Amino acid sequence: MAGSPSRVIPGFSLTLGYSLFYLSALVLIPLAALVLKTTEMSFAQFWAVTTDPIVLASYQLTFTASFLAALINGVFGLIVAWALVRYQFPGGRFFDALIDFPFALPTAVAGLTYASLYLKDGWIGGLGPRLVTGVNGLAGLLGLGAPLEPTALDWLTFPFTGGTTGIVLVLVFVGLPFVVRTVQPVLIEWDPEYETAARSLGAGRFTIFRRVIFPELFPAWISGFALAFARGIGEYGSVIFIASNIPGKSQIAPLQIVTKLDDFQYAAAAAIGVVLLSISLLILLAINGVEQYARRHERAA
Amino acid sequence: MLKRKFLTLGATLGLVSLLGAGSTAAAADVRLLNVSYDPTRELYTQYNELFAAKYKKDTGNILTLEQSHGGSGKQARSVIDGLNADVVTLALGWDITAIERAGLINPGWEKKLPNNASPYTSTIAFLVRKGNPKGIKDWKDLWKPGVQVITANPKTSGGARWVYLALWGALANAKTHDFSTAQGQAEATAASAAAKDFPVYQNAEVQAQIADLFNNHVPVLDAGARGSTVSFAQKQLGDVLLNWENELWLARDEFGPEKFDIVYPSTSILTEPPVAVVDKVVDQRGTRAVAEAYLKGLYSPEAQDLAGQLHYRPRNLDALKKYSAELPNIPFFTIDETFGGWVKAQTTFFADGGTFDQIYKPAK
Amino acid sequence: MAGAITARAPISIGSKRAVATESVLARRVLITITVVFLTIFVLVPLINVFNQAFSKGFEGYWSVFFPPQPPDDATLTFSQKRRLAEGAAQAARTWSSIGLTVAVAAVVLPLNIIFGLAAAWATTKFNFRGRALLTALIDLPFSVSPVVAGLVFVLLLGRNGILGPWATQLVWPDPFSLHWVGFENGVWPLAFGRTHTGVIFTPLAIVLATIFVTFPFVARSLTPLMENQGTDEELAALSLGASGWRTFFKITLPNVKWALLYGVILCLARAFGEFGAVSVVSGHIDVNDTMPLRIEKLWNEYNNQAAFTVASVLAFVAVITLVAKSVVEWKAARDAERTN
Repeated sequence: MAGSPSRVIPGFSLTLGYSLFYLSALVLIPLAALVLKTTEMSFAQFWAVTTDPIVLASYQLTFTASFLAALINGVFGLIVAWALVRYQFPGGRFFDALIDFPFALPTAVAGLTYASLYLKDGWIGGLGPRLVTGVNGLAGLLGLGAPLEPTALDWLTFPFTGGTTGIVLVLVFVGLPFVVRTVQPVLIEWDPEYETAARSLGAGRFTIFRRVIFPELFPAWISGFALAFARGIGEYGSVIFIASNIPGKSQIAPLQIVTKLDDFQYAAAAAIGVVLLSISLLILLAINGVEQYARRHERAA
Repeated sequence: MLKRKFLTLGATLGLVSLLGAGSTAAAADVRLLNVSYDPTRELYTQYNELFAAKYKKDTGNILTLEQSHGGSGKQARSVIDGLNADVVTLALGWDITAIERAGLINPGWEKKLPNNASPYTSTIAFLVRKGNPKGIKDWKDLWKPGVQVITANPKTSGGARWVYLALWGALANAKTHDFSTAQGQAEATAASAAAKDFPVYQNAEVQAQIADLFNNHVPVLDAGARGSTVSFAQKQLGDVLLNWENELWLARDEFGPEKFDIVYPSTSILTEPPVAVVDKVVDQRGTRAVAEAYLKGLYSPEAQDLAGQLHYRPRNLDALKKYSAELPNIPFFTIDETFGGWVKAQTTFFADGGTFDQIYKPAK
Repeated sequence: MAGAITARAPISIGSKRAVATESVLARRVLITITVVFLTIFVLVPLINVFNQAFSKGFEGYWSVFFPPQPPDDATLTFSQKRRLAEGAAQAARTWSSIGLTVAVAAVVLPLNIIFGLAAAWATTKFNFRGRALLTALIDLPFSVSPVVAGLVFVLLLGRNGILGPWATQLVWPDPFSLHWVGFENGVWPLAFGRTHTGVIFTPLAIVLATIFVTFPFVARSLTPLMENQGTDEELAALSLGASGWRTFFKITLPNVKWALLYGVILCLARAFGEFGAVSVVSGHIDVNDTMPLRIEKLWNEYNNQAAFTVASVLAFVAVITLVAKSVVEWKAARDAERTN
């Protein structure tokens, strides 16, 4: 921590000045331009644009999809972190290395590969007809007829037909590392003595997890969850490869901005941008709050 | 380590000082940027080669032609925002009007070149899966139970706006003309000039039918015309694709004629993608002469033949006849006669709060 | 806030202990879920990239970058010649996108390193009012949607933007077109081959948008470490008479070198892969395509295999990134153990 003798160290005005210049030129002034653009509208116009039913539906989709994806990551991320830290199994290290992959892979590539996987002739989307043929063939050999309709497994192309499920799917991918990577360090530091103690007091395994382990994990877990959620809200590159783009149904909020821009409505695009930005800032604040709470909690314990 | 750091620093500083000294050698070659919409990439790649060769022969100078392709509205916006396009070759007149309104193109651009400044035309037709399993032959078949229709979002795609107008005009029995003869073309021009009121806009029945189509038969709405072809051909969604004729031919060629059939409805709209010189940019860059020659060249016999080869309908009747096997003649209605031009169509249908938005009000 | 994670002290996994007290069945179920989940969501999509890229064999993959040369052969039909020329043009566009991606990263990275070092120095070695605000501002881009990041530059620098009238007239030489012309025209032997007019829809806008989304990485990786290390060593060096720069290069920089490298890796990965922000400011001109934009174009041209081929290069870069990151983490952990 920086202490009081800090003025002995040189370079304060140089580094601070440079940081502020860089920040202002590249981030603050552009962001101010965004806010300034919305002042071209009256408040009534701003309100009308940002609460238009189609725009509202896009926020709703963005938040629900990001929330669902974060939830899926919350559940599976916890399991993954748990298994990777506590058990040794063949390939464990390999799978651990895979976790960071969504950070490193460009989102456009993620969208591209996800889109092609669930095509009718993709690896997963094309699995349906093949599985059906296989099952029916096997049943035929056993004299059971053909229990499956030829189209029974066509739902495996669901990201394209289900409207929003595809969006959730790619958001799970881009948010995957967050929960795992926040929970892992806590699990590593975890002292198994607590479990032994709890067991000696007669607690069942599930009770131990619920009453002893999870409360300890919770601050990290919720922070990972919030990060995954925030990441999903802004995501664009991967989603546009897979979303079906029906107004009011499957258009995410960033896409609304692009749509407004293409319609020459700069102020409207800026207005939606401001709303999105404000929400992200609130989430950012909330995450910081959670982290601070967690730190205090840790200290108290 | 330390030394290297200073070397890098020195190199950077050297570069910066060079930038300052800025002995910018005057570029010997002329550059021209053509900002166009998605499907024309193949057309302009080839036309550019043609024109650059001609330019070299005529002037001895090298002409570098740059291309930009994207959704038509997006492209118009980029030009308005500062993309220094010398010429724009877009999907619909509205997008050029938008650039005109931003003060970059002088009014009257559509009269500067023949045929409403659109050197080639196209139309909206159907692409169906091989053998046409759902029996889609004309517009009314799109409403058959269980038929899924693929088109792009008219709010963002120029092609999809033409689709929307084609649907609307066909349902309202718009007056058609024979564009394969000079006489038919003259009739159409006269009719457009004479058209005063446009009863199609008041047709509530048509609006209800189109709302039903978009709400119940359209599973995805891609942002661009190209995206909708990808959805139909690659993601294998839907039973019929509504798109530019040239786009359907391209898809058929790319994915193989054994997969798809092109179906022509009984009537359709004559789509007229316009071209214009961006006056403000060419005056600033001093490229007006070459930009104007570039667009004029699109009406030359070679360019008209190229257009026909790539499944655009040439304005030149000889070239049109040459490719009539692939571009069958059907009766067309025009946007000017039926809808009173792009400004009226845009504000009624596609602007915020227009009929298209009303169709998609989420029910809550 | 991604930095909240990336900046965490490197951890080692699975090596230290296997503390499991769960039943064998529970263990197997959890391991199975882990393996299946990661396989479906990460491994299969990754392998699919390469599978699709090689769907036309090694030759197909190769021809995306090095198309077959059109021989001077009169026996070729017109359409064959066309196809060869088209292949060559496509490959040229792909190479141009690779070049631009690397060039943008090469410009962005040094700027971000200088900023990261300056910001980390200012926020960790000094206590001043507004320090928390500055730290929070550095995190800002993590929470801004890339589309908004692109939008702000359009609104600022576009023709109708606040700086529009100035920015659209700005003429700047392309530093990568610098070449040798000799001394015939004067004392400067070098000249720029091409100039650009305007900012938005030129590579400069791509650089700006990329900086916007990548600049926190270096600062965020350095801050926790520099905070932990405090100022004792620097104070000692200064009291022995070392200059400020010397202290920085001899004491601080060696102490944070792995964290710095870590930030550089993350910054590079993001700079190579950014799509949303760059897409908004590129103007869709072929010469402004970075690799991710090129992938989208190829996909839109029905050229799947080529799209995946370019994607496979980026996926390969991602794999390299992960390996480099692990090495850096391992080195950093080793250094940390040594000093403890």
